[in-house]
Amino acid sequence: MIGEELVQLLTPEGERVANSDYESKLGSDEIFGLYRDMVIIRRLCNESTSLQRQGQLALWAPIQGQEAAQIGAGRALAPMDFTFPTYREHGIAWCRGVPPKDMLRLFRATSNGGWDPQKYRHSVPTVVLGNQALNAVGYAMGVQRDGAEEAVMAFFGDGASSQGDVLESFVWAASFNTPTVFFCQNNQWGISTPMSIQSKIPLYHRAHGFGFPGIRVDGNDVLAVYEVTKRALENARVGGGPTLIEAYTYRLGAHTTSDDPTRYRIDAEVEVWKHRDPIERVKSLLVREYHVKTAKFDEVTAEADAMALELREDVLAMDRPDPITMFDNAYAAPHPLVDEGRREMIELGVSVGAHS
Amino acid sequence: MTTATMTMAKALNEGLRRAMEKNKKVLIMGEDVGKLGGVFRITDGLQKDFGEDRVIDAPLAESAIVGTAVGLAIRGYRTVCEIQFDGFVYPAFDQIVSQVAKLHKRSDGVYTMGLVIRIPFQGGIGAIEHHSESPEAYFAQTAGLRVVSCSTPNDAYWTIQQSIEHDDPIIFCEPKSRYWEKGEVDLDNPPQGLFEAAVRREGSDVTVIGYGSSVKTMLRAADTAAVEGTSLEIIDARSIAPLDLETMARSLEKTGRLVVVQEAPHMASIGSEIVAELSERCFYSLRAPGIRVSGYHVPYPPTRIEEEYRPSVDRILDAVDRVMGAES
Repeated sequence: MIGEELVQLLTPEGERVANSDYESKLGSDEIFGLYRDMVIIRRLCNESTSLQRQGQLALWAPIQGQEAAQIGAGRALAPMDFTFPTYREHGIAWCRGVPPKDMLRLFRATSNGGWDPQKYRHSVPTVVLGNQALNAVGYAMGVQRDGAEEAVMAFFGDGASSQGDVLESFVWAASFNTPTVFFCQNNQWGISTPMSIQSKIPLYHRAHGFGFPGIRVDGNDVLAVYEVTKRALENARVGGGPTLIEAYTYRLGAHTTSDDPTRYRIDAEVEVWKHRDPIERVKSLLVREYHVKTAKFDEVTAEADAMALELREDVLAMDRPDPITMFDNAYAAPHPLVDEGRREMIELGVSVGAHS
Repeated sequence: MTTATMTMAKALNEGLRRAMEKNKKVLIMGEDVGKLGGVFRITDGLQKDFGEDRVIDAPLAESAIVGTAVGLAIRGYRTVCEIQFDGFVYPAFDQIVSQVAKLHKRSDGVYTMGLVIRIPFQGGIGAIEHHSESPEAYFAQTAGLRVVSCSTPNDAYWTIQQSIEHDDPIIFCEPKSRYWEKGEVDLDNPPQGLFEAAVRREGSDVTVIGYGSSVKTMLRAADTAAVEGTSLEIIDARSIAPLDLETMARSLEKTGRLVVVQEAPHMASIGSEIVAELSERCFYSLRAPGIRVSGYHVPYPPTRIEEEYRPSVDRILDAVDRVMGAES
């Protein structure tokens, strides 16, 4: 399915590809930075899977294979842009500055969110598929009314592309010409549901039918994802309207730690995609073109290991919340039923600490 | 005190206008709300005066009307969403219960979901299917939401403004069959708080509680009962979630008899909740079991026979007889 329609600037072997529309002008430090991000986020992901296996997390949604899609998009964002993620956007959260331990609060089941979305300009996770696409377009309508030059990015996957909310968000974005970039990571599988059931045409073709441009980018090519996303964001900020980016990639791991992909897909397919690994191809480029030494790669590995160790310690130190906190922020204003519940819990002596 | 006599539809229109004048972050979004002024003309003239950026004619997709209002709320706007008819709110149900109700909590209080979802509800206008429903209990059951109603032009004028100013999301139920009835509106001062019930008529024998279109029917029943020598205290719940149980209990402590009126079927309904709560609170003052007068447990009927479905004066009086007779 990968063919001429795909924007690719780097082959799986790490060789540059000439493209008439897009050109990477990133220097060696910047490319190395993207490599570092991807290594760290993969390490974070592996550590989180281990933590789940050891009973420390309720669940984990891995992103192995999708690092380039997320880091390329995440680094293309400007600080004032706003992002609406699913529950799998760990790479985007990393780029927005969300501390890794905060990403894991949802998965340790100590919070339904985990971070201050206004501080990082990265909204809280959306678990119901596709809801966030409409929320993103609404936010973008606010940006328009404020006369601000900001772009808003909605993340979703190939599975959610079948949701009515995503398709309605396309209608809204087109009709109101909102500064929205729809970033669809097509990782080929919605748990066990293959792409062939989600759509009979390439997903990015759908945008055309709604009246705005769609583009497919090699989601395992961080340079291409970065350039394609950057241009779409710039276009959105200056009133050019929405773009749908389909990052064509692959979920190398399971849907979540509760999933068993061996029940529905063959190893050979996974092997093909392992050869398209997003990290290895940038590493090849860095070695071939910029003569980056092994020691420098080792430094990143050590940094990632240190981050993982710190993350592990942070997670293990993350206690269950005081039960009384379930009553906080259920409403913005006082509510008699919430007050009643809180009173009852205090009377039962369930709470472990004083709480206002 | 400045007063004016107007219909409930006009009172809502004036209330929306005043809210938009006071706060430029207030927007209106819905189907046909602009040039047409809404199918019930509640937003008549507002787009002309406040512009297309503030009164937004939406494509026809309810989930998107609410879902984009969520994003606008995150950005600091207060959107009044109009759902054209009760039976059309269900496509938006997912956004309402999954995002509107939960984002304040999920963001640890960072996001304020200050938005209002207006729904013309209940029957009585001889419409076709899906235009006469009472979906309030679906929303009342969901933590994070508040549900209010109005029954007079004065209430409509003020509660819509109070709802827009409130920081929690509010499902605003408008009794469409009362849109064209006139009443006096106090343009200076709100009659009471948004979540307070109102005693519409004082009485001593039976407490009758309802909301929206039922209130007027209850008042008619009180007139008839008075002729027969029975004194009904009529309470307009106004707020459906939370319920003002203090006002209701105060009345029930006095009368000892309870009838609750609603157009919705009684299974898992607001009326059931009122009876349950008041039975707990006032058990030793009760002189008879509380009775619910409700719609029947059938899909809303073809409207040629809707008056046999909706609580009528006769059915309310039958219930009154039962709670009175239970004593003797």
